[in-house]
Amino acid sequence: MAVEGVLNAIADAGLTRDDIDGIAAFQIEGSAGVMEVIDEIGLNVRWFANVGIGPSQISAIFEAMMAIETGRARHVVVFHSSCEGTVRTTLGKGGSMPGSATAMPQRVSGPTEWWMPFGAPSAGNHIAMYAQRHFHLYGTTREQMAQIPIVQRRNAGLYEKSIYSTPLTMDDYLNARMITEPFCLFDCDIPIDFSCALVLSADDSTSGLRRRPLNIEATSTVLASRPSWDQFDDLTTMMLRDVGADLWKHTDLTPADVDVAQLYDGFTYIAMAWMEALGFCGKGESGPFIEGGQRISLDGELPINTNGGQLSSGRMHGWGYLPEACVQLWGDGGARQVPNDPEVAVVASGGGIFAGAMLVTRS
Amino acid sequence: MTMYRPDGPGPMRVPPELTSLNREFWTGGFDGELRIRRCNACGKWQQPAAARCRGCLSTDVTARVVSGNATVAAFTINHQHWSPTATTEPYVIAIVELAEDPDVRLTTNIVNCPPTDVRIGMPVSVVFEALADVALPLFEPAR
Repeated sequence: MAVEGVLNAIADAGLTRDDIDGIAAFQIEGSAGVMEVIDEIGLNVRWFANVGIGPSQISAIFEAMMAIETGRARHVVVFHSSCEGTVRTTLGKGGSMPGSATAMPQRVSGPTEWWMPFGAPSAGNHIAMYAQRHFHLYGTTREQMAQIPIVQRRNAGLYEKSIYSTPLTMDDYLNARMITEPFCLFDCDIPIDFSCALVLSADDSTSGLRRRPLNIEATSTVLASRPSWDQFDDLTTMMLRDVGADLWKHTDLTPADVDVAQLYDGFTYIAMAWMEALGFCGKGESGPFIEGGQRISLDGELPINTNGGQLSSGRMHGWGYLPEACVQLWGDGGARQVPNDPEVAVVASGGGIFAGAMLVTRS
Repeated sequence: MTMYRPDGPGPMRVPPELTSLNREFWTGGFDGELRIRRCNACGKWQQPAAARCRGCLSTDVTARVVSGNATVAAFTINHQHWSPTATTEPYVIAIVELAEDPDVRLTTNIVNCPPTDVRIGMPVSVVFEALADVALPLFEPAR
């Protein structure tokens, strides 16, 4: 699956295997690494890296950009492929750590020591607490939050690769099984098997490519507060707060220039927190901002997660947002294409105890 | 010291690995004490336990006994059944702010009250539940 994704991305760019001189992947338990792919398709590279968590799960992409900027490589293929869906189905929720392929440990150490003793094994437990405090301070409601999965499910119905495509109603949402309040089943994304791959090229190496090159206009990779679920200084926002604010320091563009937003939605509330962090609305105002759903729909002023996001198209560990941003900027979204020829997309990955964001434009 | 004992199976609990740094925190409850490390140079509380002060980088950091009084800063009622041996009843996971310094917070459970009674801003005080060789600091509504 990883190899197929990588080969497809190379072909889609109008390149061949021999043009690729760099490769990077997100390394997490159960994912495919660069060594396997290099060996299987016979790559000969000048730079390669398996990259763990950094500024979000897509830090391999930020690393690849730096490899290109420093002249280590001209065409870098970046990928992430995982069979988390199969692992979770096989081992079951009681037999595996959330997001992982290993059995429950007998003892915990490191950051998990502060939550695993308290029946809080999921990031969802922590993010739910942030959402609850947001509800408490700003009057945010479940009906407002419901617009995230409802709108995204509508988008997913227009996307051939989505996992869930039948419409989701407010009644479905309000009657769904609770997971960790205020989150119900539809506030949580779904583990899947997937392969995601992209080609990043140097500015001066894009002539003759099959695709119209897109420009990574700005990135933010800051870590400016304590990376801890409970010691972070504001329990209504997360690490994404600092990344969202920092992103605009690296560009002349403003939030008003963004035509389409791909916002991490492992849990609904993260996408809302990103909207505030990126300045699409004021702090505490994401509830009213998405109320009714029109504003964030495909034809609204800030269309989000146009392929259904992780909630409806599956948990790609933050790797699905950049490809979808590219599809929208190329105008290749088909039935889910946002109107009016979008020129600027924001991609936001992670958000909780690590976050990263980028602005992508048509060059 | 009376330890808290749940009526039936509680939440899924995986005990921490004890180290020289965290032992005071995780075992103080057997003596009825909630112990948090504090910098003797600048007075800053350290959570999680650290060998070096996060504020002034001094290594003169030692455990102190705190009041055990706290305030609920955030919470969630968990419904998901994370383990076959855990309770199927909803339970409260909370982040509480310690009375000594609201910037020092603990992730914990609120016990001895119905989950639906828990509110942000609610005053709570510590109780301890034994789990293997550790005493988990849980919190109940302040009396």
